[in-house]
Amino acid sequence: MVEPNQLVFTDEMPDHYIMDINEDKHEVALSAQDVEVYYGAKQALQKTNLKFERYKITSLIGASGSGKSTFLRSLNRMNDDVGTVKGKIMYRNLDINSSDIDVYEMRRHIGMVFQRPNPFAKSIEDNITFALKQHGIRDKDELAKRVETSLKQAALWDEVKDTLHKSALSLSGGQQQRLVIARAIALHPDILLLDEPASALDPISSAKIEDTLLELKEKYTIIIVTHNMQQAARVSDYTAFFHMGEVLEYDLTRKIFTRPKVQRTIDYVNGNFG
Amino acid sequence: MRRLFDEELADLDTSFKEMGLLVSETIQRSVQAFLDHDRATAQEIIDSDQAINQREIALEKKSFEMIALYQPVTTDLREIVTILKAVSVIERIGDNARNIAISTIHVKGNRRVADIEEKIGNTGQIVSKMVADVLTYYISDDAQGAASMSETAHQVALATQNIRDASIEAMKADAENVEAATDYLVIGGYLKRTSDYVTDIAEWVIYKRTGKIVELNPGTSSFI
Repeated sequence: MVEPNQLVFTDEMPDHYIMDINEDKHEVALSAQDVEVYYGAKQALQKTNLKFERYKITSLIGASGSGKSTFLRSLNRMNDDVGTVKGKIMYRNLDINSSDIDVYEMRRHIGMVFQRPNPFAKSIEDNITFALKQHGIRDKDELAKRVETSLKQAALWDEVKDTLHKSALSLSGGQQQRLVIARAIALHPDILLLDEPASALDPISSAKIEDTLLELKEKYTIIIVTHNMQQAARVSDYTAFFHMGEVLEYDLTRKIFTRPKVQRTIDYVNGNFG
Repeated sequence: MRRLFDEELADLDTSFKEMGLLVSETIQRSVQAFLDHDRATAQEIIDSDQAINQREIALEKKSFEMIALYQPVTTDLREIVTILKAVSVIERIGDNARNIAISTIHVKGNRRVADIEEKIGNTGQIVSKMVADVLTYYISDDAQGAASMSETAHQVALATQNIRDASIEAMKADAENVEAATDYLVIGGYLKRTSDYVTDIAEWVIYKRTGKIVELNPGTSSFI
C-alpha cells in the first residue's frame, strides 16, 4: 500500500531498466558481464549485463532476431564456431568465455536443451548413459541409478520405466523433449539452458515440460528462451526482454507482466507489435 | 488480433464512461429533486435504477470475457481491472441516488427544516460534482486529479457530520421534526457514502495510471 503523498506522477519512462540482483541476499549462479556477440562484422548482441540467481528460472523473451537465443547460446559457448563473443561470463569465479576453459567439461556444468527434441537413435536408456560413459562412468548400478533419477526428475519415468530398451524415436514429441532434458540432467549440471523447449509441443506436453521445469528448479538454475509469453509468466521468476540485439528490461517476472518500466516492454508483452 | 482487442477495449471503455455519465447525472437529479421536493422526478429515478444495474452486469460480463479470451497483461490488464472494480462502485452510487429519491418521497408532506435542507443541498452539489470530476479524471487518465479527491472527501465528511448534528438538534427541539430529520440523517449518510465511493474510484484511476494501489480515504467507514 502506498500513501497518496508518496506517489510520483511522471510521464517519463526509461529506455532501459536492468535489475541488479543483490548478491548479499541472493546467490548468483551465472553472470554475464559486457557480453557482446558478432557474426562477422555484424553485431548481433549489444553489451549485455545480466545476473542469474541460483535455483530460479529466468525467461529470455523478445521477437525473433532480438538476440535472446544468441545470448543463451553464448552462455555455454555454442557460438564459438559461428561468431565472436566478447566480455566475461562468470561461473564459480571462472570466466567461462576465456580461451583456456575446457568447453567440454564446462558443458557438464552448464547443459543445453534445444527447441526440437534431438534424441539419439538409440534406446531410451542409452540416450541417458551415452554421455555418462563418455565421461568415464562405467559402474552399472551407478548408470542405472542415474537413468532412473534423471527420468524421474524430468517427469518421464512413470511413462517409460517398462520400455527403457525401446528406441527413443518411438516416443512422442513431448516425451522426447523430456528425455532430452533427462539426458542433460543425468550429467548433474548446475545450470540448464533451454532454447524454446516447448515450442514444438502440444499444450498437454507443453504443460508437462512446465511442471518439469518447476520441479527442476529445486536443484538447478534454469535459463529459458521462450516465445510463449504466458509460459514465461507462469514458470519464471525473472524475465529479460530483448529487442533488436539489446536487453531493454530485466526484472522480476511479476513486475514485467504487471507494471514494466520501459514502454517497449509494455508494447511487447501487451502484444502490440505495430 | 491486437486490433480486435483494441476495438473491444475501446467499446468497453465507452460503455463504462456512458454508465458513469448516466449515474453522475442521476445523482445530480436526485439531489435536485430533493431540493425541489419533486416527487415525480424522484419516482423516475427509483424506476430507472434497474437499467443502471443491467449496465453493470453487461460490463462485468464483457470484462470477464476479455480476460479469458485475450489474457491481457500490464496496461491492458490494468484498464480492464479498473473498469471491473469501478463499475461495481458506480452501481452503488446509483443505489444511493435511488435511496435519496426514496427519502425525497418520504419527506414530502412532513414538516421540514429549511436550514438543514440547505446544508443537504450544498453538500449534495459538492458530492454530485465529485462524481462528475472523478469520471473526468478517469477519462483524462489524471492520477493527480484523482488523488485530490481525498481532500474533498474529507470536507464532505465534515459537512455530513454537521447535517447529523443539526438533525439531532432539530429532533430534540421539536418532536414534530423527527420524521423529516430522520430522512435528513440518512440522506447525509448516503451523501457521505457516495463521496467515499468516489475516492474508491479515484484509487482505481491512480492504479490504472501507475499500477500502484493507494488508500485515499483511510478510517472513514462509518455511515455518517
